[in-house]
Amino acid sequence: MIYLDHAATTPMDKRVLDAMLPYFSDFFGNPSSVHRYGQLAEAAVDSAHEIFASILKCRPDEIVFTSCGSESDNLALRGAALASREKTGANWILTSKTEHPAVSKTVKQLEKYYGFQVKWLDSDKDGLIKADVVEKAIGDKTAIVSVMYANNEIGTVNPIRDIAAICHNHGVLFHTDAVQAAAYLPVDVAELGVDLMSLGGHKFYGPKGIGALYVRKGTPIFPIQTGGGQENGLRAGTQNVPYIVGFAEALRLVDIEREERAAHVKPLRDRLIGSILETIPDSRLTGHMESRLPNHASFAFKGVDGNLLLTFLDGAGFACSSGSACKTGNPEPSEVMYGIGLTREWGLGSLRVTLGVGTNARQIESFLDALPELVVNARKFARN
Amino acid sequence: MKKVVVAMSGGVDSSVAAALLKQQGFEVIGMMLRLWSESGKEDSNRCCTPDAMALARRVAGILDIPFYVIDAKGVFKDTVVQYFLDGYARGETPNPCLACNRQIRWRFLLDHALAFGADFMATGHYARVVTDDRGRIQLLRARDRSKDQSYVLHVLNQEKLTKALFPIGDYPKPEIRQIAWSFGLPTASRHDSQDLCFLAGDDYRNFLKRNAAGMFVPGPIVSRSGEVLGKHTGLVNYTIGQRKGLDVPSSVPLYVLGKNVSTNTLVVGEQVELGLRELVAYDVNWVSGEAYNEPFRAEVKIRYTAKETVALVTPLEIGSRVLIRFDTPQRDITAGQAAVFYQGEVLIGGGIIS
Repeated sequence: MIYLDHAATTPMDKRVLDAMLPYFSDFFGNPSSVHRYGQLAEAAVDSAHEIFASILKCRPDEIVFTSCGSESDNLALRGAALASREKTGANWILTSKTEHPAVSKTVKQLEKYYGFQVKWLDSDKDGLIKADVVEKAIGDKTAIVSVMYANNEIGTVNPIRDIAAICHNHGVLFHTDAVQAAAYLPVDVAELGVDLMSLGGHKFYGPKGIGALYVRKGTPIFPIQTGGGQENGLRAGTQNVPYIVGFAEALRLVDIEREERAAHVKPLRDRLIGSILETIPDSRLTGHMESRLPNHASFAFKGVDGNLLLTFLDGAGFACSSGSACKTGNPEPSEVMYGIGLTREWGLGSLRVTLGVGTNARQIESFLDALPELVVNARKFARN
Repeated sequence: MKKVVVAMSGGVDSSVAAALLKQQGFEVIGMMLRLWSESGKEDSNRCCTPDAMALARRVAGILDIPFYVIDAKGVFKDTVVQYFLDGYARGETPNPCLACNRQIRWRFLLDHALAFGADFMATGHYARVVTDDRGRIQLLRARDRSKDQSYVLHVLNQEKLTKALFPIGDYPKPEIRQIAWSFGLPTASRHDSQDLCFLAGDDYRNFLKRNAAGMFVPGPIVSRSGEVLGKHTGLVNYTIGQRKGLDVPSSVPLYVLGKNVSTNTLVVGEQVELGLRELVAYDVNWVSGEAYNEPFRAEVKIRYTAKETVALVTPLEIGSRVLIRFDTPQRDITAGQAAVFYQGEVLIGGGIIS
């Protein structure tokens, strides 16, 4: 089997596992305890906060550990929108039509049950959220703006620095979901200018089940999980010490190896895109060609059931994903597919191929050999 | 290692089929179809609901086999559901399972299985296949006659039978549940149902009211001699042999004898008039691939739940039609159902009753 779905998740780096293990059995204490066991566990959590702080270029207490990127998004949106409105009466939320459901569903809930009003920003045909679109929509009643750093489905990287600058000019909070981006793009929050930033561990060779949220000091925010006051009162619950340690190690490694990893995947990815667009009729690249994650290739094939193509690919030994796949056989193109202007006939045929440190040229060539026939087979079952 | 796709439904039969094949050394792949259901009723259908899918997926997880779902909503609606509606519009009582086996299971799904690279497709049908000494594949009844499902498989030909496996046909049903228990399958206790899979547990008449309301046109109820006896509420509300719900005052019980679609008349009569000795079946499929051209005696089933009854089957000149003459009069010969003929264990062929 060849794994080409790194945007979905990544295998854990052995160095991360090694860093985590002592915290399951040896240093198992509750960081909140007074005794030595607690102190040792707390020290590990503090150290992790410091590692994040040095890489994000922020303060250790500006980092909140959560259970996953989705929880970080929930905390950022719900926690900051409610607190912001409490403080200033601002009642509008601005976000894009291409966000991850952890952002869009949270915003929809805020709209339906919490009385917020929402403006959904359109992307261009490459899925890019342009800064001037934010400028036109932002106002003095805007509580928070949320635009993702890099899109998981189509790989497009948004102009975060420009959008952050606009938000600051208007005195509005800016959140970015950087869950997908952190694997390959810099996450220096001072340089980016963000107030809130979500991260998730398992996208860059860390464990699943751990996330973090950067919260700039002074940002109005309520906890959404209340209780024992951990993580500066912003996220109750006994900290998952081994996973926090692992997450910090994964981040430390990605910071050191970022350029090397990007240099490894980009040529393989470019080869993939070039070959597929050449050899497969009625195919197109989705997402921005240049402002794009270096490991990310996503396509739309006309007249193909994306779910069926994934089934054939799996049978042939290749693990990929699709923006329209559905495990219960009820596929629909995602919002993002429609948002970039694809018709249903194209949108149903999306294929996402995302590379990682373990991907090599032989695997790519193997994939390129197999794909055309599988697309032909999938097209045989197309219904008019 | 030969590859077999098992058509899974979330029921105990298909899950045991998968378990047995894996035990026999096949490379097993589970596939399930997402079928059509009326909007809003996705969870009420008997088959292939999200719940059923979760069960099938769990069975695949326990058996450690790959599992994929194929979207068949459109093709199912256009073939099976449409066949159902068209049959009633013609005054027949259609059996949509026949259309499903022909078009969906053994064409649409089989095509997908073969495109996936499988050598065979297996189902949880109670039936058996053997190869005779001439290399022909014979379709046989299940060993447990009371559960035999070969009736719905009469549409299969040699080409499809070379790709078909029916692993559970050799076992009595209680043993199937035991096997499911022994494999730790959550389907072991799942209740079987005989309703049509897309009716969402509802009566077929309510389904027709929602999807083909124009079929419910009242008209006259007449005797065989043409005497008008009452009014019916729409021909689709009645089936041949039906006694209840006629609403015709009579000193003797009256039964539905037939429907005349062109005059929208329901013909009724006394019990003694019900029995018919003959029927003509069309679109006959001969399992061996060779049509019989001489009359032959066979045991014939005129519906899925009917008992076999002895008859003389005479192929008509046209080739895919036969005349079936029963030794004893048969009640409930219903146009749209299948007449399937057996000789002993072997299913010779079958066609649609005209």
